[in-house]
Amino acid sequence: MSKFMLEIVTPDRKFFEDEIEMVIVRGREGDLGILRDHTPLVTPLDIGRIKIKQNGEFKEAAIAGGYVEIAKEKTTIITDSAEWPGEIDINRAQEAKKRAEERIHKKTHSEIDIFRAEMALRKALNRINVAGRD
Amino acid sequence: MPQAMRDIKRRIRSVTNTKKITKAMELVSSAKLRKAREKLENTRPYFNTIVRSIHDILASTDGIRHPFIEKREIKKSAYIVLTSDRGLAGGYNNNVIKLAENLINDKKDTSTIIAVGQKARDYYSRRGYEISGEFLHISETPEYYDAASIGNLVVEMYREKRVDEVILVYTHFKSSISFNPKTLKLLPAENIKDDNEIKRTTLIDYEPSPEEVLGYLIPKYVQSAIYGAMIESSASEQGARRNAMKNATENAEEMIGDLKLSYNRARQASITQEIAEIVAGSEALK
Repeated sequence: MSKFMLEIVTPDRKFFEDEIEMVIVRGREGDLGILRDHTPLVTPLDIGRIKIKQNGEFKEAAIAGGYVEIAKEKTTIITDSAEWPGEIDINRAQEAKKRAEERIHKKTHSEIDIFRAEMALRKALNRINVAGRD
Repeated sequence: MPQAMRDIKRRIRSVTNTKKITKAMELVSSAKLRKAREKLENTRPYFNTIVRSIHDILASTDGIRHPFIEKREIKKSAYIVLTSDRGLAGGYNNNVIKLAENLINDKKDTSTIIAVGQKARDYYSRRGYEISGEFLHISETPEYYDAASIGNLVVEMYREKRVDEVILVYTHFKSSISFNPKTLKLLPAENIKDDNEIKRTTLIDYEPSPEEVLGYLIPKYVQSAIYGAMIESSASEQGARRNAMKNATENAEEMIGDLKLSYNRARQASITQEIAEIVAGSEALK
């Protein structure tokens, strides 16, 4: 299978940079599989899991939003945070999930707080999900 | 003479104590500088990537209209000024503030400040500037979270047309001995694209729509630019402090050298005097 460059960057590090065969990302509008010579495209990403196919094997990682830019030379994913399943701190994610749920149930907060808590909850659930599959 | 000697001795002791403090501060900021540089090296790829990608995207947005990239008449400007919380960093804070001051010039009434760091807050509030946001105690350990809240604040202000441009003033970290205050126009983002590069002809697809993508990307760009600038500034702060403290330590050493010399002179003088007195006394007895 023909390969192309994929680069994933987060504010804290360069998460991934290598030649790969395929990457599947979760866009706002649904999952998106990217192969070589994809048409140039920019789209925001949802909190979710990305799958990278390299040398016939799939790797998974949890990412927290961001966007993907597909250009001729390479595909770049820019995200707030990205983790391999092995790097995820399950306890921390569980705690974050609990905290977020409590905040949502209180209902005393403003809309924006609820929105934030929901985002935090989704991030936590995503982490738990991705880590659990490993 | 013993009086003079005691005075000099006291001064030597006091300078030595000061030297100990500046030396310790130098070591502390060296350690912090190392950490800040590490962080800077980790962040630069992200920052460069996001700037490049936004650049590419905006270069091919001809015909797309979006409030974030359209210029409008400037009635009010917002300045984000990044300084430190603590002083003793040589000219670091002064340089940033001076640069911002030059920009604002006589437009004080149509400017509003978002102060990051106590130094900027104190400076501008004392001089009666309008301050629409202050973020303290974050300059030493910048987190993306803080940059995001600053970013959201300015984007919100821009969207509500309370300000018509947003300018970021920070210190660029060149090397551990050289840092330059710099400005970066964040909004409208239109300026990012008018670099004289060759117009791109590749058509880029936007999903779900160009407007929505830009509406998401530009606030992201603003946040990342602020984050990058915060990291640069914090590394510069530590570097500037280390240099200032190094100079202070060197000055103290020099001062101690001078004082020791005059102490020895005074001591010698008092000994000579004593001998002269004894000799004179024994001469008188003869």
